[in-house]
Amino acid sequence: MSAQATDQLLTAEGIGAAPRRAGFFLGVLRERKAAVIGLAIIGVFILLALVAPFISPYSASTQTCAVYAPPSIHHWLGCDDGGIDMLSELMQGGRISLVIGFAATLIAMIIGGGVGILSGYFGGWIDVSLMRITDYLLVIPDLVFAMVIADLWGASMFHVIMVIGILEWTTTARVIRAQVMSLRERVYVKRAKSIGSGNTRIIWRHIMPQVGPLLIANTVLTVAIAIYLETALAFLGLEDPTVTTWGTILEHAFDRTAITAGAWWAIVPDGFAIAAVIVGCFLFGQAIEDALNPRLKVAHLSLRRWKIRTLAGREADAL
Amino acid sequence: MHRADYVIKRGFFALVTIFVAITINFFLFRVLPGNAVTDLARVPQSTPQLKHALTIQFGLNKPKWEQYLIYIKQLLHGNMGISFGYQQPVSHLLLADLKNTIPMVTVGTLAAVVVGVFTGVLSAWRRGSPPDHISTNLAIFAYAFPTQWLGLMLLILFAGILPAGGMSNPFLLTPEPFWQHLADIGQHMILPAATLMLTAYGSYTLVVRSSLLETLGEDYVLTARAKGLPVRRIVWRHAVRNALLPMVTLIALDFGYIVGGALLIEVIFSWPGIGESMYTAVTQRDYPMLQGGFLILTVSVILLNFLSDLVYFRLDPRISA
Repeated sequence: MSAQATDQLLTAEGIGAAPRRAGFFLGVLRERKAAVIGLAIIGVFILLALVAPFISPYSASTQTCAVYAPPSIHHWLGCDDGGIDMLSELMQGGRISLVIGFAATLIAMIIGGGVGILSGYFGGWIDVSLMRITDYLLVIPDLVFAMVIADLWGASMFHVIMVIGILEWTTTARVIRAQVMSLRERVYVKRAKSIGSGNTRIIWRHIMPQVGPLLIANTVLTVAIAIYLETALAFLGLEDPTVTTWGTILEHAFDRTAITAGAWWAIVPDGFAIAAVIVGCFLFGQAIEDALNPRLKVAHLSLRRWKIRTLAGREADAL
Repeated sequence: MHRADYVIKRGFFALVTIFVAITINFFLFRVLPGNAVTDLARVPQSTPQLKHALTIQFGLNKPKWEQYLIYIKQLLHGNMGISFGYQQPVSHLLLADLKNTIPMVTVGTLAAVVVGVFTGVLSAWRRGSPPDHISTNLAIFAYAFPTQWLGLMLLILFAGILPAGGMSNPFLLTPEPFWQHLADIGQHMILPAATLMLTAYGSYTLVVRSSLLETLGEDYVLTARAKGLPVRRIVWRHAVRNALLPMVTLIALDFGYIVGGALLIEVIFSWPGIGESMYTAVTQRDYPMLQGGFLILTVSVILLNFLSDLVYFRLDPRISA
């Protein structure tokens, strides 16, 4: 893949002037409906995950109804192949899936943020070698790679977290690097340098705060990818067989003939839960990135109505 | 930079990446702790003699660097080892699989590109209108639903109507006319390819939309309008052609994702391709197959990326600057 081409894509994707601190997020939330919706979805699911043990109607590991019992008043979402209440299982699965998503993302952000900052700030051979590794990881098919490593290491939740963490930092590293490269040339950084600030101090005091919003946007987007990848790995049987996640619920349904049994309730709600969280992350993360990118604000897009609108006039974005 | 220089540079990068892939493949399976190959001689309750014989048979007593050289030499000869599960050369098995995977993935990806471009153009053109909202939201959700879930949904919805698994009907008489065989495969391909289309098209829609929105803000679009060109012409001839450039990069970056998606899809629909073989290899601990499959998929993604570099170069004259 062309480095030039990627850089172009990245610049197009949101490396404008960095905004200032906390007020920025409030601004994003105030201005963008999508950000509020996204944040609300994420919040609801985190809340559900926290209170799941107290509000879930049944145990998520013992049989409480008939095998593949359809949805009823007692079991709103029916039961799975082991006679376990689907709703309780979904809640429990959501807990673990979110933990996996956030833990893997934490690893990915530490690596990605670190690589991006080092690479962008120091440049030279550090940049070249780190970017070669990044390019390589960007190119190889991540699910296939994750599958091979997870299989070699053995099926366990910890391994799944590690595998996702060490694979999903590349986009973040590239975005952060591009941002840092432009920050490095700003006057205040040069000034700090000329009065004798060390590299560590400049990075912590002047670079990090400016990179923050971008890093948060990427964190949110990576959580979505991590949850997605976990469901795929679980589907291939590489998740610890004793834990319940949104991924293993799908795997069990597929392996244990939910389809021939016509038990759509063992499959459909799970997919919607996964998609909802991913869409939430996507909306929120994308809204931050869009706010960082000034280019999309201009559009001569009044073609439809045949009248010229002011250049900076912006319609409400589609969700 | 001259045209030839650029091609050579990208080609060199592809070669280096392939070499790195081969090396990582070797490390993963032979050097890292808990790896598959060094454990080959670890047969439970075996005599020391058997262990010794196995170690020598698999060349595990040789130093790692020598093993590495042997591995590369054998790879260059097209030898990827013998499958534990099938007792046949991995390269033959995987080549046969690849022949089944490629048509399905090609059809699915092309469908995704076509659907993605049309919905993306529609969205940007009618920005803020109900069609835009519908197509953007559908795209986001198609992108968000796990591939395997989409596949299972199609299975539930079309179980009785379309063939749900495999690649051809085993009960068709063998000396049937060629077109009948082709139609049969086509019918089996609908669900897997449709799943791939659904899982991949969403990101194309969103990128075409945002890229076209950006392009529509360019001065030459304003100029074209001022000249009084018809809208249709401005959008399709002036804006879309430029807006599609990032698509080339995106499709290239997406190959890895598509390969992963295809893997899951093959598992769901028992499509006898490379993904299904790798899945079987995982369940059977068939490491040579796993290693070979990983290498073939990685190398094909790298080559496809190289190809798209060349396409991008051909389309965008600015690159040669």
